[in-house]
Amino acid sequence: MAKVPVQFTLNGSEKAEFIDSGTTLLNALRDKIGDTSPKGGCHQGTCGACSVIIDGELRLSCLTLAETCDGAAITTTLGLAEGGVMHPLQRAFLDTFATQCGFCTPGMIMAAKVLLDHTPNPSRDEVIEALSGNICRCTGYEPIIQAVLRAARANSQNAA
Amino acid sequence: MELRKNYFADVRKDDLHEIGQPRPRSDSPGHVTGKTAYFADRSFPGMLHLKMVRSPHHHARIRSIDTSEAEKHPGVVRVLTAKDVPHNVYTILILIQIGPEDETVLADGKVRWKGEAVVAVLAETERAAQEAAAKVRIDYEVLPAVFDMEEALKPGAPLVNEYHGQNYYLYDSGECRKVRFGDVEAGFAGADHILEQSYQSSPIEHAPTETTGCVVAPEGNDRFTCYTNTQAMFFTLDNTSIILQMPGSKLHFVGGTVGGGFGGKVDVIVEPIAILGAKLTGRPVCFIYSREEEMQISSPRAAEKVVIKDGVMTDGRIVARKVTGYTDAGAYSRHSPYGAQKGAGHYPGPYTIPNVWIDTYCVYTNRTPSSAMRGFGVTIGDFALEVQMDKLARLIGMDPLEFRFINAYRDGDMKAHRQPTEGAALIECMQEASRVANWPVAEKYMAMSSYAKGA
Amino acid sequence: MALALHTFATVKDANAALKAAGTRYLGGGTLVIRAANEGDVSVSGLIRSIDPALSAIAIAGGKVSIGASVTMAAIARHPELGILAKAARAVGGPAVRNMATVGGNLFAPAPYGDFAVALLALDAMVGTDDGELPIETFLAGRDGSRAIVTSVSFTPPKADGFRFLKVSRVKPKGVSVLSIAAVLGQAADGTVSSARIALGCMADRPMRAKTAEKALLGRSLTKDGIAPALAAAGEGTSPITDPIATAWYRNEVLPVHLGRLLLS
Ligand SMILES: Cc1cc2nc3c(=O)[nH]c(=O)nc-3n(C[C@H](O)[C@H](O)[C@H](O)COP(=O)(O)OP(=O)(O)OC[C@H]3O[C@@H](n4cnc5c(N)ncnc54)[C@H](O)[C@@H]3O)c2cc1C
Ligand code: FES
Ligand code: FES
Repeated sequence: MAKVPVQFTLNGSEKAEFIDSGTTLLNALRDKIGDTSPKGGCHQGTCGACSVIIDGELRLSCLTLAETCDGAAITTTLGLAEGGVMHPLQRAFLDTFATQCGFCTPGMIMAAKVLLDHTPNPSRDEVIEALSGNICRCTGYEPIIQAVLRAARANSQNAA
Repeated sequence: MELRKNYFADVRKDDLHEIGQPRPRSDSPGHVTGKTAYFADRSFPGMLHLKMVRSPHHHARIRSIDTSEAEKHPGVVRVLTAKDVPHNVYTILILIQIGPEDETVLADGKVRWKGEAVVAVLAETERAAQEAAAKVRIDYEVLPAVFDMEEALKPGAPLVNEYHGQNYYLYDSGECRKVRFGDVEAGFAGADHILEQSYQSSPIEHAPTETTGCVVAPEGNDRFTCYTNTQAMFFTLDNTSIILQMPGSKLHFVGGTVGGGFGGKVDVIVEPIAILGAKLTGRPVCFIYSREEEMQISSPRAAEKVVIKDGVMTDGRIVARKVTGYTDAGAYSRHSPYGAQKGAGHYPGPYTIPNVWIDTYCVYTNRTPSSAMRGFGVTIGDFALEVQMDKLARLIGMDPLEFRFINAYRDGDMKAHRQPTEGAALIECMQEASRVANWPVAEKYMAMSSYAKGA
Repeated sequence: MALALHTFATVKDANAALKAAGTRYLGGGTLVIRAANEGDVSVSGLIRSIDPALSAIAIAGGKVSIGASVTMAAIARHPELGILAKAARAVGGPAVRNMATVGGNLFAPAPYGDFAVALLALDAMVGTDDGELPIETFLAGRDGSRAIVTSVSFTPPKADGFRFLKVSRVKPKGVSVLSIAAVLGQAADGTVSSARIALGCMADRPMRAKTAEKALLGRSLTKDGIAPALAAAGEGTSPITDPIATAWYRNEVLPVHLGRLLLS
């Protein structure tokens, strides 16, 4: 099988791997690189559990071929905590009980992070829109929406 | 969260320290940091991928299976058929003596629902397994199929499952579970009004975000570690032990972290065949449902039909209730004989009715086998009962909540199952609901209590 | 055969590579990779070109030209493509829009292809290395088409002349029950002087509602004025049946939604 080299940064650190051509980024991250925070819930683009941030944009790693990410900067939920301190979004998800089984959570946090990176004080509607590609079967969404709004408030307080 | 402590204040010590307090969940820090390890987060060098070849027909005889092309496909390590499974015919509730064994791990001679597993392909990559699966040739003779419970119960209907011999589960009580209390016909005869209605539901898929699956690693000493997202760990272990004819001591199950289950992960489907694959190849094996398999193959909540006939008095008392419940098991039993039995245990609902007659049937059809889901055997019944209660209230021109106060069971009432009611608290729940929903009821109902009859 | 990706600098080389059996062009991959993940083993070679022209948006001389690799998100945020923003935002959720391309949307089978519905109403031209084709001709022949689409171009109508509506059950993101795009010209007295109406999900690919278009000419956009057009809306349709809606339902609600769009 044709092996191809890929290089990118994952959560700030350089990664270089030989992968089978045609491997999805989701499988490359999980099976090759060992970052299992993106989850495979459907491999169809419909659940959002595999969401990662590529060069500042939210992407579905299950529908992205790893070799198309050469040179990219990739962020996953595993990379958010800094020095053992949770990111405000992680804290907020914890505090508002926005996670139950947790399977959707890394994807939700990615979608929320991209939103807050561009829109630090989003409206409720903007939060709903930003999370619209992510399915949660457990929480009923309201606690997740609340978590994102709470994280936004925490951010703006920090900035103030 | 708000606790109403005025109810039952006299019988409860007010010393609750945990209830009513938000407490962090122990597993949440792992979830939000992406560190929680789900079964599929383990991978092992040399791991094989298992793909299932499934029946495209609802009901068919298998004339022949030809796996030769699939076996030659590059990357394929092993192809499994029924003859490879040590104890191929099983049923999960055999652990609590509910037989007969009626389901095959891999179809043998016949398929009974569209999507039934026939051949398992183990290959180096998922892609190779998919390609090889497409090369398995199965010759089917399509048989007439039955999809409707009432059709299935008619004489001359196609026989779905030979292990039962008829299209219903034969309980020790006969063709259905039965409850008989008082004289229901006399009750109807004396009633001011009779209302008979039927209610029906479709199968419902749990659609957990994480699909069903497992990863199996041979430990090199004849022992196998199975990482699984089953909701029924020891139940799965014991059934696997039967199916593989392997002592439980050889099986090490690791689980407890489930990416959503809702009852959909209590069947023993992926583990036995994956462990068998690991045993026969000596290599780690993963078998993970695709999203399509999760939606189409994993068992849904059963379709149900509930026929309720009530006799009611103009003063609001229900004097007779007859319920006939049908649970669509699909082609195999799984948990459905128990689900139908739970229905019998649940009707006539939380009401005190002097004359009750209940029949609940577990019916076989050529549909996807159904199984557990959140209150199975009860949830659809409650839907039917409560819609019926609203209709009855409307029929006699009474407020639907007041109507329920009149019929609510209270402590000391004899239930149709001949158990005295204890700790009912239904009256108090409705009183609180009346307040919170701002749906006022007459003062006399607000003065009632679950304890004192005749208040 | 295992899946492999082949990347080419030029469209020409990619087109040549697409001549091999078992190959397919890779746009944003939201449909192609999805199919591979779901076990479609008919494709083993994915071909793409990274020619920057494919990702360019050019607006000049009253004409808009959008490269085939431009994503829905890029269109939705482009300051000069405001009229298309609604149609671009109608495609999937945020992550899908960051990946889904214009080129791929032209090939997306119903219930997808919402953006192509807009392009059909706009009478776009579809460009390949062999030249340009009217979108209607292109859509009719797309199943047999192997050439890489390089761009779509159109002359934008006046801002109030373009209307778009996507009907879905799940909001904000949901698969289409149907989608409708319309480009309407109006005379000084307000009556309709020209009409192009495109429908999504009313056939296996975007289609024109030609009888309804004709029935609108010379009519005013009032409840009575549009009545004949609504009555004719379902003519020639053969909607898909999928888990979202049956063909019957789609036909039934089409006049309702067309009416809302025309009166909006
Ligand atoms: C979760 C989800 C939700 C979706 N929701 C919507 C929706 O609401 N509305 C909607 O319209 N679509 C939707 N889609 C479908 C799809 O994302 C879009 O239609 C998208 O525009 C397809 O583009 P792509 O670049 O991803 O296509 P690809 O998957 O890359 O390609 C699709 C097809 O087009 C061909 N192709 C692509 N580009 C070219 C080209 N330049 N030249 C020649 N052939 C080409 C490919 O060979 C392939 O056959 C959804 C998809 C997913 C996964
Ligand atoms: S796994 Fe990628 S969207 Fe579901
Ligand atoms: S917490 Fe279970 S899917 Fe969201």
